[in-house]
Amino acid sequence: MPKIKLPTKSPRIDMTPMVDTFAVILTFLMLTATMRQTEPATVETPFSISEKPTPDFNTMTFLISPEGKVFMNMDNGPDTLLKFRPRILDEMGKRYGLEFTDEERREFEKFPSSMGVPIMQMKQFLAGKNAKERDPFQLGIPTDSIDNQLAMWILCARQVNPNIQASIKGDSKTPFPAVKEVLDNLQDKKINRFMLVTSLEAAEINLDEIQK
Amino acid sequence: MAEIIQEEKSKGGKKKAKKHPPHIDMTPMVDLMCLLITFFMLTTAFAKAKVMDIVLPEKIDAPDEQRSTVAESRNVNIILGPDNRIFWYPGAVKPEEYNNNIFPPLVEIDYSATGVRQLLLDKNKTLAKKIADFQGRVLKGELVLTQDSVTGSIRKLKNDDDTGPFVQIKAYKESTYGNFVDILDEMNICGIGRYMFVDITWYEEKMVEIATGKAAVASAN
Repeated sequence: MPKIKLPTKSPRIDMTPMVDTFAVILTFLMLTATMRQTEPATVETPFSISEKPTPDFNTMTFLISPEGKVFMNMDNGPDTLLKFRPRILDEMGKRYGLEFTDEERREFEKFPSSMGVPIMQMKQFLAGKNAKERDPFQLGIPTDSIDNQLAMWILCARQVNPNIQASIKGDSKTPFPAVKEVLDNLQDKKINRFMLVTSLEAAEINLDEIQK
Repeated sequence: MAEIIQEEKSKGGKKKAKKHPPHIDMTPMVDLMCLLITFFMLTTAFAKAKVMDIVLPEKIDAPDEQRSTVAESRNVNIILGPDNRIFWYPGAVKPEEYNNNIFPPLVEIDYSATGVRQLLLDKNKTLAKKIADFQGRVLKGELVLTQDSVTGSIRKLKNDDDTGPFVQIKAYKESTYGNFVDILDEMNICGIGRYMFVDITWYEEKMVEIATGKAAVASAN
């Protein structure tokens, strides 16, 4: 009796459910994503028990690297049409006699992370095509008393956006005098309320110890 | 699922062998999605950074006028020293003391739960207990309040308090930002009602130098 030979098929796995699941995960991630910003300096924030989240808008963040360099970042405001960033740049330009082109203002507006560029080099910085060309200009904002550009940035930022709040993001190893300098500059501009960016940590207190 | 059902063509007289429905190979699509998911997972910042509020005292031109409103016995001076060391002394140094080179010795403590936290909790017993009781009642559900009114009530407890310490935090020039955040955090943990961050004075700097042994040579001269 002749044997009936079935054609051997290579086993197929139906990928469709997998694709479905992946599509769901992907959509979720895309919708919830807030891009992690690459900062010009690596900063490990200290821990605290505070649970207050960082506000999304109306903040200017001062990033203080372990070497004591100061970088600044601000947001565009709750409505992108407000265009706070380019307007702050314009204000700065006015004070230092610089005229920024539309192209440069657009670049400044979309630059994603903090910057610490001395204002005189801002044009070259904005002309840079990629991070490699731009990084050499990230020297930190000058804060010394002869050329206190940090104070100017604070002034311009507050002029453009009066509701702006200051937050400070420093590394645990940042020497305190560098932080003090930023605090002093802010206090000179009558800002006495700050937010310190920290990571969350649990802490418990032993109540029995108190009652004793 | 991924098969396309083919309609049988009735036209044409040629009889074809029945075709298998064509399969679409999903593998490249899966690969692509894997890549995209990996990309998004790596670039997404999940945990949002937290912030801690702090209010610094306004700069006043005549700081001396504000002083001596608090009983000296309630004063606690915390000095952030170099190399993650921390010191404290009670009360205040009087002008006639520091002008005659008499500096009260500093007591060294540490940032751990048994160090500065213990010290502050000891001094702040009544208030810390009040706050803890209040929070306990909220947690148990005896008091139903919104988050805002909870923080408001705690703030009121702190404001009304008149037994707790009055902490002055001073940073020596070699301390770090991490120390600063740590000590402010301890203030929140211990529920200190009144604390402020002030500039370090020259005699306190000297006291730190004596405590760390840096000024041993200088004082011999």
